[in-house]
Amino acid sequence: MAREEKTITMNMGPQHPSTHGVLRVVVELDGETVVRAEPVIGYLHTGIEKTMESKLYYKALPCTDRMDYLAPMSNNLGYCLAVEKLMDIEVPEKVKWARVCLAELTRLNSHLVWLGTHAIDLGAMSMLLYAFRERELIIDIYEACGGQRMMTSYIRIGGLAHDLPADFDKKVRNLIKLIREKINDYEALLTNNEIFINRTRNVAVISAEDAIAHSLTGPMLRGSGVNYDVRKAQPYSGYENFDFTVPLGKKGDAYDRYLIRLEEMRQSLNIAEQALDGMPEGPYRAHVPGVVLPPKEDVLYKMESMIFHFKIITEGFKAPKGSIYQAIESPKGELGFYMTGDGTNRPRRVRVRPPSYINLAALPKLSEGRMFSDVVCAIGSTDIVLGEVDR
Amino acid sequence: MKDIMKSLGNVLIKMPQGFFVTLKHLFRKPVTLDYPRQKKPMAPRYRGRHYLERYDDGTERCVCCGLCAAACPADAIYMEPEETEKGERKARVYEINLLRCIFCGFCEEACPEEAIFLGQDYEFSSDNRDSFIWTKPDMLVPHPRKDNPFKRIYRRVRKVYGVPDKTR
Ligand code: SF4
Ligand code: SF4
Repeated sequence: MAREEKTITMNMGPQHPSTHGVLRVVVELDGETVVRAEPVIGYLHTGIEKTMESKLYYKALPCTDRMDYLAPMSNNLGYCLAVEKLMDIEVPEKVKWARVCLAELTRLNSHLVWLGTHAIDLGAMSMLLYAFRERELIIDIYEACGGQRMMTSYIRIGGLAHDLPADFDKKVRNLIKLIREKINDYEALLTNNEIFINRTRNVAVISAEDAIAHSLTGPMLRGSGVNYDVRKAQPYSGYENFDFTVPLGKKGDAYDRYLIRLEEMRQSLNIAEQALDGMPEGPYRAHVPGVVLPPKEDVLYKMESMIFHFKIITEGFKAPKGSIYQAIESPKGELGFYMTGDGTNRPRRVRVRPPSYINLAALPKLSEGRMFSDVVCAIGSTDIVLGEVDR
Repeated sequence: MKDIMKSLGNVLIKMPQGFFVTLKHLFRKPVTLDYPRQKKPMAPRYRGRHYLERYDDGTERCVCCGLCAAACPADAIYMEPEETEKGERKARVYEINLLRCIFCGFCEEACPEEAIFLGQDYEFSSDNRDSFIWTKPDMLVPHPRKDNPFKRIYRRVRKVYGVPDKTR
């Protein structure tokens, strides 16, 4: 009997633990080789972009937390910067520095979770426990600042929700010191681990040209050696005042991206430290009557603040006609908000450029022609969050 | 050949270093808590389940102005006003649907009367959907309280909003 040459089609997910959420990948296999891999998304669709259109500008903010729930502060920051650009609001210096510090903590947070989950996908169990242990400390800082551990909503239009807590400086400095040591532990566990190297070296390779053609951003792009970081290319929120390097890879494989993310964590620690050192004194919200909520303590004692407080909360503020695009470097790549105001108190359209979604589109490129088990590595090193992919 | 030597070096020298990191943790104090016997204290700004405050004499602070409902992004708050014998406005019905609520804390920030706060309680799961509609009796703090309520509110407001500690 002649052996038939046939490929089989398999579903990976949507409830497979290594797909990091509800991602379904339809893989066509020839033996163990992937002939075709096709990500299928939409299982976590929440309609956030559409919801934002029906909400006042300040009320749409909690939606952004829920897109990339591993990096809530980055999303808040992107949205607030976009609205501030649309409304032409200049925020106080202290706010800028605090935001940079928080955004870098967020990068740490996201990269720690990535490191843990990526490592456990490839069989390194204890990494997950260690990474989550350190992440807990960052989450504690979120809690002290904004009152919530994941859905912080701390960065607000025109400033911050509350002033930074009194022991913020001390807490963050302790954290920086601790994580600096711990990164060495992570390196000891993974960087020279032969099993890890074998699973990631020359796996999920993407060349610089392909990376650009797929409009990848973030560590995915820099892993292939393309030097593009929004923090350097179009500095926002005062990033031009900070001294940091953007690590680049050479081969564009999963191992390079691992090294890059580890180095980014170190750089984030440096940036956060610089932000603490240079944190100026000042108000924590811009003074823009009628647009930015006045600080609560003023509301209780000053008449005009009280009036504006009522006015903003009940009817919001009217944005001018026009469209803006504001991008930030979220832990996963370029997170952009394209916003159109139409002269009313609600946005006409909010379009989010989600880095996870666009990076995920390169999955076929990363995995086709490779072994089936490398698909797991490709998904892991892409660093996706399904909340952001589906929005 | 060079590659093989390098791999061998990794396996024989570098990987034991990794094992050592794991081994060290055997002798460390665990970072986990024995929940629910042990609980973590929440931060002062923690946004848990809501509660409604009272004045010293036990009257409710809430005047049913509706600002919290206006600020709520999830439309979780419903209220109906009424008048007391003294001619003051207060809420007859005040309900929060905890299934809709996203614990954003906007109501707390919006309230001009310091009436609603998000407390420290986070254990309110239930298997009965109706029990998630929290009404006034559920949320109002008990009246004769041991500590001075006004001081408590003042302290809390100061903590949450970072009002400097000075008399205005
Ligand atoms: S809780 Fe506060 S904001 Fe809400 S109705 Fe009562 S007084 Fe107004
Ligand atoms: S916490 Fe937010 S969602 Fe919940 S009732 Fe208050 S304003 Fe509404």
